[in-house]
Amino acid sequence: MAEPFLTLKNVSKHYAGVTALDNVNFEIFKGEIHCLVGENGSGKSTMIKIIAGTVPPDPGAIIQIEGQTVHGFHAIDAIHRGIQVIYQDLSLFPNLTVAENIALGQFVAAGSKMINWKELRQIAERAMARINIRLPLDALVGEISIADQQLVAICRALVHGVKLLIMDEPTASLTRKEVNALLSVALDMRSKGISIIFVSHKLNEVLQIADRVSVIRDGKIVGTYPSTELNTEKLTHLMTGKKLEYKPFVRIVNQEKPVLEVHQLSKRSQYRDISFKLYPGEILGITGLLGSGRTELALSLFGVTSPDSGEILFEGQPVKFRSNRDAMGMGIGYVPEDRLVQGLIMNQSVGKNIAITTLDNLVNHFGLIDRNKLRNTIHRWVENLAIKVPSVESPVQTLSGGNQQRVVLSKWIATNPKVLILDGPTIGIDVAAKFAIHEIIRNLVKQGIAIILISDEIPEVLNNANRVLVMHKGRLVAEFDPSNTSPDELQNFMDTIE
Amino acid sequence: MKKIFSYHETYVLIAVVILSIVITLVNPDFLTLENLFGLLRSYALMGTFAVGVLFVLISGGIDISFTAIATITGYTVAVLLLKAGDKLNIVLIFLIAGLIGVALGMINAAIIYFFRIPSIITTIATMNIYYGILTVLSQGKWLYGFPQWFSDFAEINVFTLTNRGGTPYGFSLITLIWFAAMLLGWFILRYTIIGRSVYAMGGNMASAHRAGFNLMGLHLFVYSSMGFMAGIASVIQALLVQTVAPNALVGKELDVIAAVVLGGASLSGGTGSMFGTFLGVSLIAILGNGLTLMHVPSFWYKVFIGLTILLSVGASTYRRRLFSRQRVIIEEEVR
Repeated sequence: MAEPFLTLKNVSKHYAGVTALDNVNFEIFKGEIHCLVGENGSGKSTMIKIIAGTVPPDPGAIIQIEGQTVHGFHAIDAIHRGIQVIYQDLSLFPNLTVAENIALGQFVAAGSKMINWKELRQIAERAMARINIRLPLDALVGEISIADQQLVAICRALVHGVKLLIMDEPTASLTRKEVNALLSVALDMRSKGISIIFVSHKLNEVLQIADRVSVIRDGKIVGTYPSTELNTEKLTHLMTGKKLEYKPFVRIVNQEKPVLEVHQLSKRSQYRDISFKLYPGEILGITGLLGSGRTELALSLFGVTSPDSGEILFEGQPVKFRSNRDAMGMGIGYVPEDRLVQGLIMNQSVGKNIAITTLDNLVNHFGLIDRNKLRNTIHRWVENLAIKVPSVESPVQTLSGGNQQRVVLSKWIATNPKVLILDGPTIGIDVAAKFAIHEIIRNLVKQGIAIILISDEIPEVLNNANRVLVMHKGRLVAEFDPSNTSPDELQNFMDTIE
Repeated sequence: MKKIFSYHETYVLIAVVILSIVITLVNPDFLTLENLFGLLRSYALMGTFAVGVLFVLISGGIDISFTAIATITGYTVAVLLLKAGDKLNIVLIFLIAGLIGVALGMINAAIIYFFRIPSIITTIATMNIYYGILTVLSQGKWLYGFPQWFSDFAEINVFTLTNRGGTPYGFSLITLIWFAAMLLGWFILRYTIIGRSVYAMGGNMASAHRAGFNLMGLHLFVYSSMGFMAGIASVIQALLVQTVAPNALVGKELDVIAAVVLGGASLSGGTGSMFGTFLGVSLIAILGNGLTLMHVPSFWYKVFIGLTILLSVGASTYRRRLFSRQRVIIEEEVR
């Protein structure tokens, strides 16, 4: 591992007066797995774009590939030099087959006019064989799992003769098993001399796989370390520049009158025999792997789907929700797992998104929206939750992940809910923003709101919840008391249920 | 076997077969070669339009202006036929109409690509412009009285048979032109890089851009193919009715788009096949013909077409939803 594949020297990037990257020096060896970690907005994506050639660095930067200095580096040069990026959205064609997704680009790049289906399949098969995987060649990519789609994207990169593969948050929506499979593919590629830059928020994965880790903060590389010298705590410290510690949240909850009670709730092929009680002022953690039925359960509690059998009691009264309007009317709020799709209207302003759930309270005598009330409500929430926005008129899609999540939260808190279901509230947001969200959640329960916190991040549930329920294959299989459970204990339990 | 039922085309084919059986039971005249050959001749117009529409829909766009394009190409060749009919031949006529269609299609593509205006808006606008200009220049005048060779060509059969009454009938050369257009389209979509790229672009435009596809070239290709097919179709129309009227085609564009959608193409792009498109056109043709043969008042035709479209598209959407729901968390025990 002596020879560097790519070297960046004095790379800076300014956008209209804002420094995105400040004199970055970076080096990745051939056959190395190099993780890049940093908070949102730290400059990671700018750095990736420069390496991929889609954004030019400021003058004075030096980019060397395999010892050669390159000038006027464009996307097409990067591709010719064997640099491939797998973006978070994977950039695949859902309507084409696995084989075509892998190999079509090869024909396009070669300037062929005709397609040779036999050859196309062979190219795809060879690519899969190189990393020892098998996928059905004729399946449509839109119909296979996200994890398999990821593998298709990797195979496509292989076909293009990849020497440096950049993966942006590849594990964000994979189950643990799938993550392990992906990591083993990455190790396999490393053994073939391919370099990998791995961008991730999941620090335990970073430490599990990386040879070296570069930490980036405020546009500067804070340092590059062999992963053996790091642990999660140290890494967090390096990323944020602050000493952030997970302080467990201890609260005594009055367990007299449950606000929500669920008896033997079942829904065919989704979940079965779910029973629990939720008390006012309590945070109930539910953890389980992706696909354990936790989101399906949440959707039934919120009235989006109806259970086949069993009973839901709200404040002691049996209830049947015909739709989520009923649930909202009772005082149940739900912040969905995929905030981009379900939680926000991305191209609408921050203000409109916050106000949308409470429009009924904002009307004047004529039944029209009262502008002043609207403005006051919006400003109150922006302040309360410290949402960083240039203006409440900015579209939500321009905000960072952490701030988007705050907008979703404020939207629901504005309805004065009695029960708030948070499904993966900190997915894809960085450590500091995570802490801020946890702080908001803790303040909410102090006001007597009951919260169901669904998350697959074990430290998150253990440090915030009063009780933790484990869901597996649609059933609740265990309950843990965070005050006497260590993260390792729970992790071990999770790894061994099958 | 299971795979067959995952194709939209299978269901349209079943519909075509069932409908044919029902119509034949009511009126056995339906299932005669004479009737079928007649249908294939008169629906060559819609069928040729449909080939172009399929390209546009797969690419993720839509074109409303093709009937206006066909009106211009048809009128132009009609004027040429009247002015210099004896110096021309059928190949030249098709070529001229096709090339004018390509040029007008390229204008559509350029506007859509360079100004990033949604294709539906662009082509509604250009439809009005194309059609408007022609109406002004032609003053709405009908053209007829084409040279003898032009009307003779329309009657050529690939082979001719005689019915029991002694009247000859046959498989028209016009139908063959439609079939050739479909064959060409099928080949391009299936076996050329540009064809597969059209699918890719319709599936995910952003990915296509990142993967280095030439999006401008693809836009030009797709909309000029539509224009070309519109040009060919306009000559077919002139051959069929031996008259060119400025207002004969505009207004029929939605019927054609409906036929293609019926055949499995999606308005959101990325899907559709030539075989499906043929079935979609066939279904519309058989429905119209069948209602006549069963003596159903022709006013009902539109109602049935509408219902068929709703049923077909509804059914395929429902199937897709069933598929996406198949995420099973608990494997149900066998009891």
